[in-house]
Formats: sequence, structure tokens, C-alpha cells
Amino acid sequence: MIPHQDYKTEADRHDAMEQILRQHRHSPDALIEVLHFAQENYGYLPRELLGRLAEQLKLPPSLVYGVASFYHGFRLEPRGRHHCTVCTGTSCHIKGGTALLAELERRFGISCGETAPDGSFSLDSVRCLGVCDLAPLAVLDDDIISAETIDALADKVCQCLAEKSSTGKSP
Amino acid sequence: MTRDELRHKSRCARETRTAAGLRISVCLGSPCVATGAEAVLRALRESYGDRAIEVIGTGCMGPCSRGPLIRIEDRRGNRAAYYEKTTPATAMATVRAHLEGLNPDQGRLPADLPFLIRQQRVVLANSGICDPESLASSLENGGYAALLHAIEKMAPEEVCHEISASGLRGRGGAGYPTGTKWELVRAAKSRRRYVVANGDEGDPGAFMDRTLMESDPHRLLEGMAIAAYAVGATQGFIYVRGEYPLAARRLRQAINEATRAGLLGPHILESGFSFTIRLRIGAGAFVCGEETALMASIMGRRGQPVIRPPYPAQRGLWNQSTLINNVETFGCIAPIISKGADWFKSIGVPGSSGTKVFSISGDVATVGVMEVPLGTPLRELVAMSGGISNGNFKAAQTGGASGGCIPASHLDTPMDYESLTSLGSIMGSGGLIIMNDRRCMADMARFFMRFCQDESCGKCVPCRAGTEQAAQLLRRITSGDATEDDLVKLEELCHLMGDASLCGLGMAAPTPVLGTLRWFRDEYQAHLRAGGCPTGVCDREKHPCHV
Repeated sequence: MIPHQDYKTEADRHDAMEQILRQHRHSPDALIEVLHFAQENYGYLPRELLGRLAEQLKLPPSLVYGVASFYHGFRLEPRGRHHCTVCTGTSCHIKGGTALLAELERRFGISCGETAPDGSFSLDSVRCLGVCDLAPLAVLDDDIISAETIDALADKVCQCLAEKSSTGKSP
Repeated sequence: MTRDELRHKSRCARETRTAAGLRISVCLGSPCVATGAEAVLRALRESYGDRAIEVIGTGCMGPCSRGPLIRIEDRRGNRAAYYEKTTPATAMATVRAHLEGLNPDQGRLPADLPFLIRQQRVVLANSGICDPESLASSLENGGYAALLHAIEKMAPEEVCHEISASGLRGRGGAGYPTGTKWELVRAAKSRRRYVVANGDEGDPGAFMDRTLMESDPHRLLEGMAIAAYAVGATQGFIYVRGEYPLAARRLRQAINEATRAGLLGPHILESGFSFTIRLRIGAGAFVCGEETALMASIMGRRGQPVIRPPYPAQRGLWNQSTLINNVETFGCIAPIISKGADWFKSIGVPGSSGTKVFSISGDVATVGVMEVPLGTPLRELVAMSGGISNGNFKAAQTGGASGGCIPASHLDTPMDYESLTSLGSIMGSGGLIIMNDRRCMADMARFFMRFCQDESCGKCVPCRAGTEQAAQLLRRITSGDATEDDLVKLEELCHLMGDASLCGLGMAAPTPVLGTLRWFRDEYQAHLRAGGCPTGVCDREKHPCHV
């Protein structure tokens, strides 16, 4: 796989897609690989792109959309500039992960799976990241945030988000 | 790489190792990385990484909640000292003290810590010892010696026979005899054969496979190569859960390095045997842990299961015979080939031979990964992890969303396949969630049912509609709005789903409910009588929420 890069223009992104398709010899079996790559480049899977991929992989568009919408890991809508994922695996659940999600929903005024209207922030959940020793936990962009209590953890998430937003650092 | 080169490299690597004066290992498992292990490693490398002091990053050392962990060994053969919760500053101070011949107490784990010393590491023998990002480090610790032995000294059918004789059973959950599966694939009439490692560890609270893939990726590759040699396959796939980016990165690196060294690819170790491995990354679907769904996903389709038979051994990937084993199962192969089936069988209990890796989490003092002989009592596992935190033992959930629970009255249950089944639970993949007496079992059942509802692929009605209905009944129960009648309905629905669902997900989805009902029915009834939750857990969670 081509290492992740920040493609500046649509043309760059397009070229990268062409390259990955060639690498997989336009094989329909590689659909999930190609979707992973596309999501990495575009941040999500736009409808038009799915249509184009269907053409290039010689698959019905319904099948491509079916695969893209089946897996939780594929996003059909763009995320916010900063993204928070709350772990709701078993260990996190018993230690308050579910309550944390509700608390963050309350503080940011959006539901799990939604993006703030200004596009600054989005929130969702994941079923276990396999780092249960840190339970309960949330992941803000790429950073794992953990704390003893739900309130302290929600405070930490807000604080980290404020820091990231003020420095203008994008993930 | 030729056979002699492999032998030579293993030997040389061992000699350099003994030449180093002090060896500092920094755990680079995901949990330690998340708490800052990379900064510790960088600081130590910048100051020390010369000949006299070897500084390496390793895989998981075990007690994850005490990370970032480092281990210091000296060449006089003194016992290794582990230090917990290190920072760059404390790690540097500790190493300085060691260089002065001291043995500082600050942050040192007790030498007799049960979590560390009572394990018997077979699958994880090199985890926390070798550098997962270096083939040389794997070779130094005996990597690929079993593959060499198999190719050089054993016929493929002898390898199958050895695995059968070892009594190894699948570590992914069902416990099917591994050797039998291999022999079925070997005997199948098929133009080509495939070997697949199932690393889609989806059970919430399970992280054994992540640990092995991150800590000793070459062990998995070697096990798969031996399997391919035994069944006559030329192409392998590793399916890794999308939530495990570090495992995927290390596996990719390991595959590339092993291929460059000629340990994968054409004519492995000067033999007529060729085998390549490709990595497939999951995209977040629990059902893909089911083998037919997993194969669909490898072929780029929706991960929806199909009815078996035909089993993958008869018709799998691209309609060819396919061997699918769990990652941990492959982790057992090299030791069995190196040390023999009898040795493996001598570990564990009759019917459940060998060791099992458990990931223990929840209300215990130390969360982490431990490997013990099968048949070790649950009580011992709890004791090894330092006992219950904030209360008394109430129950342990085994087998994740497909498993049941073990109540305090059965704490002495030996952890083997049959004992757990007799209690209405399953071994599952090895995720073990310990709960103290402040946890609500009905809430637990609801949690797992909501999980299965989210993860149901939607293909068959008993699972798609059943999980939804069961989750609603459980919501009514936990919020105190249910009647005795609802409890009866819930039980009936559970039996129906178990009987009529298409695949393992739907069939096992009711297990957590039936398990908690079996041991904690009074708690359910208390919800009905009191119109609320006796532990207060469910009351706290009466908010609109998606979980």
C-alpha cells in the first residue's frame, strides 16, 4: 500500500486512486482494500467516488455502496475537523464508557455519529479498542485520553479539544 | 536464505546478545505506547544505545495497566527487574542506578509478582522478549526453527499427525480439534488451497490476538507457513481487525522482512515449498469473525455468513479448500513442532491440552494478558491479577458477547473447554471480564444484546429481529417497567434465536442473557419488584443513549 500522504489537490487524490487500482490490477476482490485507501485520502467515501470505483472495478454501483455501507469502519459522510471516539467495549462500559458518551453528547449538543453544524467536531463510539487497562477511554484524533472518573475524562476531552483548536492543529 | 544461513544467523544473534552488558527492554504494546512508552524508548536510546548497553523495544510484557513498563537484565544472569509506570526521567534514573550497581526500588515490580511468575508462556514465549519489528530478533529467539525442522525432517502428513496428536483445539472459541481440520483440508479435492489466520478479534474485552500480532508477528507467520506446508497451500491471508493499526503495521513489516529473507515466497529454505502471505484489514464488522463472513470479506464483499456445510475445508475462498485458524492457534504450532506433541499434551488437562492466553480486565487490580495452562482455576487467574478492586467478586464474563458468566459459587471452576460449557458459558477467545458486586448483571446482559443488535448483519430474521426485540425487553426490565411475563417472553425468544439463527452470532447472542438468568435470576426479579435496579447501575443510565 502507498504510504499515507497529504494530497493537496483533487488531481493528486485522483492519481493516487489510479495508482492503487493499478496496483490491485482492477480486481473486484480488492474492493475493501481500495475503499480503505480511498477513505484515507478523502477522509470519507463520497458518493461520486463510489460510482467511479464501481466503474473501474467493473462492479455494479449497488454492490460497491452495499459494501461501503455494511462496514462500520467506512464513512459516507465527512467527519469534523476534530473527531472523538468513545470506547464502549465491555470493560469501558462497566467503568462508565456509556455514561461518558452521554456526557459528551450533552456537552457538545450532538448525538453519537453526528458532526457539529460548523464542522469543527464529530463524535462516535467504537466497540472495544483492546486497550482495556485504560478503561474508560476516549480517542481524540489520534490521542487516547483516559481518567479515573467520567467528569474528569469529559473535562480532559474538552481541554484537549480547546488546545488543538487554538493551535489550529489538524489531525 | 539457505538453511545454513538461518542456523548461522540464529547462532550469531545469540552471541551478540550475551556480549551486551546491560539489556533494557521497553514494552511497545498498544497500551504502553498509549501511555508514553515511545518517549521512554527514545530517551534511553539517545543516552545509552551503544554496545555495552542494549536498548530494545519489545512486545507486550503482560501487566498492561502498569505501563509503560521497562525491564532491565544484566549479563551476570541476575533476574530481570521490571519497572512500572515509567517516564523518560524515571527510566533514565533507574538505568543510571543499575549502572552504579544498585537495584532501585522506585517503581520496581516485586520479583515474586504472581502476574509475572505464575504464567506459563508458550504462545507468548517471545512476547515482551523479542523486538517485534526485527526478524533478526525473532531468529535470535528461535524464530523459524520449527519451520526449518518441519521442512527438513518431516513429511507434510507427519506435521498434520503431530498437530492431531498434540490435542490442540481451536483457540478462537469453538474448540474444534485443529489437527482434524488440517487433515480435512489436506484430504480435500481442490485445485488450490488457502490458509487464513483469523485476527478479527471482535469480542469486546478480548485482546489476546492483538497482543500476539503486535508482540511476535513472526510467530504467526511461522505457524501459518508450517500449516501451509502440512496441508499443501501456497497462499495465505491474515485478516486483522481494522481497530488494530499497530498490529497491522507490524505484521506488514514482518511479512516484508520474511519475504526478503526467503522465509516466505518461492522455494522456502531451499525446498520445493512456496508460500506467500497477504494482509487484509477489516473494516469494523464483528460478524466477520465468523469464518464464512470472514472469507466473504477477504474477497471484497459484505461480511455476511452463509450456511455450512459446505465447510471452508471443502469450499472456501474462491471455492477452493481453505484452512481457517485463529491467530493464537497458529501461535501454538511452532512450539508443538519444536518440542513435540507429547510435551504439549503434558500441559493442561485431558481434553484441553496446552496453554491459553487470557486478557483479564474489569474490576481487577492489574489488567493485562496472561498465559496459563488450560484447566487453571478461575480463582487463580483472579489472584494472579491482584484480586478484585473496589469490592468483592461477583461474576466473570467469559467468551464475550457469545459467552456466559461464572458466579462466585463457581470460582474454582477449571478454565477448560468442557467445564465452561457445563456452566452455560464458553471458553471463547479468552477475554475475561471480572465484575465486582457493584455491577448489575441485567445491565450486562442488555449491553451484550445491544452489541449483537448493532452487529447483526441483517441476513436472517431470528437474529435481525430477535436481537432488537430482546434488547427492548431488556431495556424494559432494566428500567423497571417490565412484568414477570416479559421475563418469560425473553427466555422463549432467547431459545428461539439459539435454535433458528443462521450463524454463530445469532445463535450465541442469547448466551449472555441465559447465563445471567441462570445465576442471577433473583437480580432480574428484583428489577421487576422494585421497579428499578438494586445496584443502582441501570438507574444511572436512564438517559437517551446509543449504547
